[in-house]
Amino acid sequence: MTVLIIDSVTKTYGDLRAVQGVSLQINAGERVALLGHNGAGKTTLMRMILGLATATSGSIRVLGQQPGSRSARKVIGFLPESVAFHGSLTGREQLRHFARLKSLPLRKADDLLERVGLGHAADRKIRTYSKGMRQRIGLAQALLGTPKLALLDEPTSGLDPISRHEFYDIVDDLSAAGTAVLLSSHALTELETRTDRIAIMSAGRLLANDSLSNLRQQARLPIRLEVKTYEDSADHVATQLGGARSNGRSVSLTCQQDEKVSLLGRITGLGDMVKDIDVTPASLEDLYRHYSVGPEDRT
Amino acid sequence: MISTFSIARLELLIAQRNMWVATSVILMAMFTVVLTLAGGAPSGAIGVDPLLVAVTSITTLSVYLVPLIGLLLSFDAVAGEAERGTLALSLTYPLSRGEILLGKFLAHLCVLAFAVAVGLGLTAGMTIWQYGTADLSFAPLIKLFLTSIALGAAFLGLGYLVSALVRQTGVASGIVIIIWLVCVVLYDLGLLGALVADNGGYFTKTVFPWLLVANPADAFRLFNMPDISVPELASGVGAAGAASSAPAQLVSLLVWPVFALVLAWLAFRRVEP
Repeated sequence: MTVLIIDSVTKTYGDLRAVQGVSLQINAGERVALLGHNGAGKTTLMRMILGLATATSGSIRVLGQQPGSRSARKVIGFLPESVAFHGSLTGREQLRHFARLKSLPLRKADDLLERVGLGHAADRKIRTYSKGMRQRIGLAQALLGTPKLALLDEPTSGLDPISRHEFYDIVDDLSAAGTAVLLSSHALTELETRTDRIAIMSAGRLLANDSLSNLRQQARLPIRLEVKTYEDSADHVATQLGGARSNGRSVSLTCQQDEKVSLLGRITGLGDMVKDIDVTPASLEDLYRHYSVGPEDRT
Repeated sequence: MISTFSIARLELLIAQRNMWVATSVILMAMFTVVLTLAGGAPSGAIGVDPLLVAVTSITTLSVYLVPLIGLLLSFDAVAGEAERGTLALSLTYPLSRGEILLGKFLAHLCVLAFAVAVGLGLTAGMTIWQYGTADLSFAPLIKLFLTSIALGAAFLGLGYLVSALVRQTGVASGIVIIIWLVCVVLYDLGLLGALVADNGGYFTKTVFPWLLVANPADAFRLFNMPDISVPELASGVGAAGAASSAPAQLVSLLVWPVFALVLAWLAFRRVEP
């Protein structure tokens, strides 16, 4: 089931084209990461999905509904990029308020506080919370009522590595329950294993929208191999494989995905001269750079 | 409706913890107690209803204090939430902007009404304690209470309007202070200047009474002055006619809150968080 349909949406503010002709669909249970520099149009796109801003042209549908309509708002959970809840309220008061707004039993709010690890601090003032704890309040309210579409704007900024890990566990649970998740992020490495699809935006355009492995294939970024050998055989190995000696005892090579297996065969054919091999596929950072720089030759 | 009440509830909690409730109550209580004590001193000798004397002095005070409290409670309502980022979040929930505004209004009106009630309650209590209940008429006191709430509501609405228009708390706080100054001080000074310049001409006879009653603060003041002062004032400015009558003042006091709230709502609807 397609939860979110964005069809050639453009948003202009005067001369500024914040979003240009973006089309994107997200199915139930899918986790999509929206990547881009600051000002790439990620937040503007989210605001249009939420109905906080209206598209200049193009259309957006959330489960067939107009963005911002009451029925669309009922099925969306949103975590804003930087939100500061009122410091003089407790976490429980704030979250119960949101539960009331969504016409949910207050117990749901209490359960969610436990779920995001704030059970012990629920009755303390938000003023006393750390940045990570405030972010968890934000996350908890986005999860209220198990939304059909979760929009998470920079959800892991300000979280430590363990909290990030826990955060993605929650995202996994959400998608397992059938929620379509769209999250934007700068922190690339953590997305590698935690999302189904990656959409890259730059200067308002959607430059890529595919699974990580497909993106790797399309980009044809080289795979790096590091062959560890012995000092006296390094030159021989380098000439045999066509690589370069990177230091006394190892040889660096690059190859494309489809050449990888045959190259590995040639390396193992060298027998005892090879001590070890490291294979590094193009990282998300490489991909991101590949897609977000020089958009004119790729659309 | 549940959403509105939930917002009102949250705003009440915030007002209470931010000491807005305490501040407003202490302000009102302090001034009413002082005025009741000061007002009671001469009245004993001349045999006027002591409560009426107190009401008269408290009316003069409330003209300044009630609008001030109303504006201070309301200037942050939209701008503050826009700055914190909670406004954008609230607007993604299934509730309308009208419900948000109404919720805040209910909460702030409760705070205001509570402060005025404490102040006037103290006045009533002290007067009864001093003179007994025999000669007292409570109607002016109740009139004062209800019109204070209407006056406060009008300025709450103006505060929301400013808050929604400027979207920055710093600027909003400055503008509401200017509004307060104009409505309760400069407006009257201006009218007075015009009266002097006009010297009993067309302006004094026809325009002035309507201008006077058009300002909610002045309407409030006229409405709550004891009966003797109204004809006095009317005769002072010539044929004031219908404009200086109690119904016109009451209409001004009732229309202003609605008018200000509708304007605030219209401005709030245009806010793109």
